[in-house]
Amino acid sequence: MAARVLVGVKRVIDYAVKIRVKPDNTGVVTDGVKHSMNPFCEIAVEEAVRLKEKKLVKEVVAVSCGPQQVQETIRTALAMGADRGIHVEVSGKDYDSLGPLQVSKILAALAKKEEASLIILGKQAIDDDCNQTGQMTAALLDWPQGTFASEVAVEGDKLKVIREVDGGLETIKINLPAVVTADLRLNTPRYATLPNIMKAKKKKITNVKPGDLGVDLTSRLEVLRVDEPPQRQAGVKVETVEDLVGKLKEAGRI
Amino acid sequence: FCTLSQFFGKWGSLAMAVNYGTRSLTQLAELPELHQMLRQTCRDYAEKELAPVAGQLDKNHTFPAKQVRELGAMGVMAVEVPESLGGAGMDYLAYSLAVEELSRGCASTGVIVSVNNSLYLGPVLAFGTEEQKQQWISPFTTGEKVGCFALSEPGNGSDAGAASTLARQEGDEWVLNGTKAWITNCWDASAAVVFATTDKSLKHKGISAFLVPMPHPGLSLGKKEDKLGIRASSTANLILEDCRIPLGNLLGQRGMGFKIGMQTLDSGRIGIASQALGIAQAALDCAADYAHKRTAFGAPIARLQAIQFKLADMAVALESARLLTWKAAMLRDAKKPYSKAAAMAKLAASEAATFVSHQAIQVLGGMGYVTDMPAERHYRDARITEIYEGTSEIQRLVIANQVLKEYQQ
Repeated sequence: MAARVLVGVKRVIDYAVKIRVKPDNTGVVTDGVKHSMNPFCEIAVEEAVRLKEKKLVKEVVAVSCGPQQVQETIRTALAMGADRGIHVEVSGKDYDSLGPLQVSKILAALAKKEEASLIILGKQAIDDDCNQTGQMTAALLDWPQGTFASEVAVEGDKLKVIREVDGGLETIKINLPAVVTADLRLNTPRYATLPNIMKAKKKKITNVKPGDLGVDLTSRLEVLRVDEPPQRQAGVKVETVEDLVGKLKEAGRI
Repeated sequence: FCTLSQFFGKWGSLAMAVNYGTRSLTQLAELPELHQMLRQTCRDYAEKELAPVAGQLDKNHTFPAKQVRELGAMGVMAVEVPESLGGAGMDYLAYSLAVEELSRGCASTGVIVSVNNSLYLGPVLAFGTEEQKQQWISPFTTGEKVGCFALSEPGNGSDAGAASTLARQEGDEWVLNGTKAWITNCWDASAAVVFATTDKSLKHKGISAFLVPMPHPGLSLGKKEDKLGIRASSTANLILEDCRIPLGNLLGQRGMGFKIGMQTLDSGRIGIASQALGIAQAALDCAADYAHKRTAFGAPIARLQAIQFKLADMAVALESARLLTWKAAMLRDAKKPYSKAAAMAKLAASEAATFVSHQAIQVLGGMGYVTDMPAERHYRDARITEIYEGTSEIQRLVIANQVLKEYQQ
């Protein structure tokens, strides 16, 4: 029976926004652009809150790494039912180069500090699509992992996780403590209710620095250049099937 | 000499500005975090659950029962009602934001939420006894039950003081007789606030308000009106024929009815202004998006000044009406006089809604005229906002009255 769940929530550019590359090709435009909680993180929060409602978990702690603005994301998690939040302060260049390796080190350190026995994360973030943080966190803690979860069930001190894999569904049983990453069909996140939004105001968010957790934020990756995907070219119309086959052969496709 | 930024810096957080109850300019420019979260959750709900079905709801005149229940669970059906009675315990600015965002998705749902909050729960909260609040408020906060407001009659709308529905006392009962017209929600409601004349000689001071459960013997409903817009919301006559209710169903005191009605409508005005803002915003969204995509004369029509000027005028009309609406809500929250502000808000917002939706169809051209695009629905939905809960003409009278008072000789 897991006492404390850590849920990672990432502040990303809203899924509905049209992404624009910065003129200097160093990244995408984020100033003045609408941000919201990563959709897979929402699913992770929902799962954690449901576990608490089923009394399988005592406390849900929402964690986010970034500048002041990520507090909005933490508060959204609190409005969905998380009990308290932890804001790991990362800003400026450190934030620009923040990636799965650093975040997983932070989460591992927090899990030990908070004595969490379950970590639930989104399977990936919609901005970088890394799909690494959950796996790295589990490895750093030497905990088992149930990734791409479409169903999670607590069975004593074990977790039964049904994973979505290319071939279909895989069911595994892992010991707690463990890391789970949420896939799309795990659940449908709730809308924050007005009373919960009011309650969220009173819930505590503690500030922590990566240095306090003994985490080095130096990145091992350097972004060289960011470009837009190539513009979609116009197609070519042909008169007959023979023409089509001819053109495909010309283009080396068949 | 104190600069503006120093002045506002003194007030610290925006939340503090709310608590002081002052009309803070910074609050008009940027909402407090609580309100931003509320706005976001209502916007998310409207985008995902209302906008996709709004067309169907309108076409089939279907009451959005499932959505109303979900909104009840979110606390939106009783925003201002204290938590002890099952409400969300938030302020009127929050309620205005909620109605605007929901109306942006579906105007019918917006008015259903607004009528329940402002016209039904509002008067019971303001004038009800503790017992009445328990009986008539708590069940109506969850979305399972909605209420309605019966003031207008076939013979008088704007002329509310001439209520011809009569109520007489007979032993330990009130007996109501008469017909009420244009009652929003009535086919789906479980209770009504009904206004009837108890003392004809006292003219408008002889009107009283009553709480009537629905269904109830002696109360029947007229046919559902076939309306131009907000078709998912039911509108019909309420017919009272020797409708008997307990004496305890009198709301407030005998003869207080007109005051209750007018005070309720003052608040309700802010709700309807918010609904109009939502409709206007949806129409503007539709037009601006289309302008980017539609090409003519070799480029997106967004490049044409004729279209740009329209969009600019639409945006200004909408934003100014929104600030008037927020101001009215904030005045009410600060317990300051807000009649003039509310009338100005309703007037500006409803005229903005009709203007913006009219121009939106123009921007869309032929596409604006067909049901494939929502522009035609916004146009039809917008029209009623200039009529119900006080016509634009009545609003002008209220505003003029207030203005002239300020210059009293």
